[in-house]
Amino acid sequence: MTVQSFKTLLVIAAIVSLVSGCSAINKWGVDPWDRDLLAKPEMAINSSPLDQSIDDHIYFSKEASSGGRSFAGGGCGCN
Amino acid sequence: MQLNKQDKKAHKTKMPNKMKIAEKLAIAATALIGSSVQGQENEAEWDFAISAFGYSETDRVSAGELIFTADKDYDDSAHLSYKILFDSLTGSSANGAIAQNTPQTFTRVSANGQYTTEASDTPVDPNYRDSRGQFSMSWSDALSVDSRYTVGGNLSKEIDYTSIGINGEYAKDFNQRNTTLSIGTSFGVDTFEPLGGLPIALSSMVVNNGQFASETDFLNAYDATKGDTSDTITTSELLLGWTQVINRRTVMQLNYGFANISGYLTDPYKIVSRVDNSGITQDLTYENRPDSKTQHSVFGLVKHHLDNSVVDVSYRYVTNDFGIKSHTIDSHWLFYVDEGNFWQPHIRFYQQAAADFYTPFLAQENPLPEFVSADYRIGDMTAVTLGLKYGFQMDDGDRAEIRLEYYKQTPTSANEPQGIANLEGLDLYPEVDAVILQFNYYF
Repeated sequence: MTVQSFKTLLVIAAIVSLVSGCSAINKWGVDPWDRDLLAKPEMAINSSPLDQSIDDHIYFSKEASSGGRSFAGGGCGCN
Repeated sequence: MQLNKQDKKAHKTKMPNKMKIAEKLAIAATALIGSSVQGQENEAEWDFAISAFGYSETDRVSAGELIFTADKDYDDSAHLSYKILFDSLTGSSANGAIAQNTPQTFTRVSANGQYTTEASDTPVDPNYRDSRGQFSMSWSDALSVDSRYTVGGNLSKEIDYTSIGINGEYAKDFNQRNTTLSIGTSFGVDTFEPLGGLPIALSSMVVNNGQFASETDFLNAYDATKGDTSDTITTSELLLGWTQVINRRTVMQLNYGFANISGYLTDPYKIVSRVDNSGITQDLTYENRPDSKTQHSVFGLVKHHLDNSVVDVSYRYVTNDFGIKSHTIDSHWLFYVDEGNFWQPHIRFYQQAAADFYTPFLAQENPLPEFVSADYRIGDMTAVTLGLKYGFQMDDGDRAEIRLEYYKQTPTSANEPQGIANLEGLDLYPEVDAVILQFNYYF
């Protein structure tokens, strides 16, 4: 297999992956009447905001990274 | 398990008629000053929560914090949230200097006396004290059937630091609300007024070892190392989010965050030891960091409902132009015990690569670099958190949670100094151990 044909194969593979990925996303999800488990408070993306806020404060003060889940700014000196 | 809070909320009175946007905006605008507004008799009840936690490091700082939150729904879609926080911190904080085989003396901030570190001990300022109050609020409401906005603000004040910030987010649902895309932005302005003023970057800490003819001479020399009394920091952020329901049991989130932080990013209380060829400290230099930092973050989370438990796993990658790169893996696993009660173990791994200008000490023979810091928090490190939470429901329907966590931080160095006689056997990268105990009460 030549380098050119290998690159072509890679591009085709990437496109196929992308399209199949998009198809997968279209298949994701549930009907409104199937949300019994998802509706539980503990299934919320941020189900423990108090814990999260305290963790963010501690790690903001002790480590050099912050944010990701939410905004990175700590709003304090916190040395 | 349907936690009781949701049951309580389900029974709360909903407004019989849809409120107009103008009415809801009036509520949002007047809520701050506590004015009564039209439609109050139809409002839902307030939901309150209190959280108290204590944080204690072995031989270092201890902190206590109290948080009050109040939340209220308006109409079927709007939500108002307040948060008030008080915290207090006391104890010993590493000043950046390295341990030596002899006692070391340092000048307290504001030249208000001295403190001494014993031989072989990591130098810490034992007089560290701070207290803080913070107020924040947010308001969210629907813009249409499948879109909503959130606006918020916060104000934080501590002894030497003031922070004011605003934020906003727009979110839109697609695919029968199985997909949500969001865009958020925040802007903050902080003012730093360190005790004793801002040290002149890379100047030497003046320590009175008896070399001055008088106290006045010492104070004059000390004052010569100080510049302005305050400086500012501005923070601008962008956060893009994608939340996706995958199936009846699984939901995921993917975020990208960008932050630009500029202004005074140096820690005015931190110093760097300059040592001679044998490792003996000759000078203590105030650190200096660049005045701008750009950060990118990627965060992914998957949450899955098993038959009798809920597990979530998240991964975060953060990189900034200080040279810091970090990986974080965080996981909680909630096990239902019976109606309203649960156990939740927690584990977190963190690994960070140091800032480009981090060094535990400087060689005196080399010229001073433009930027330098010996703050272990921007050094190479790994950290592990292990935690356990128990949630339970009380007879009156209120809920409570108690959480105990253990945090261990292990600094690492790819370039451990070798062959420096007076640094052999000294712990230049001390570990930090902390215990966190927290109690949440929802009513």
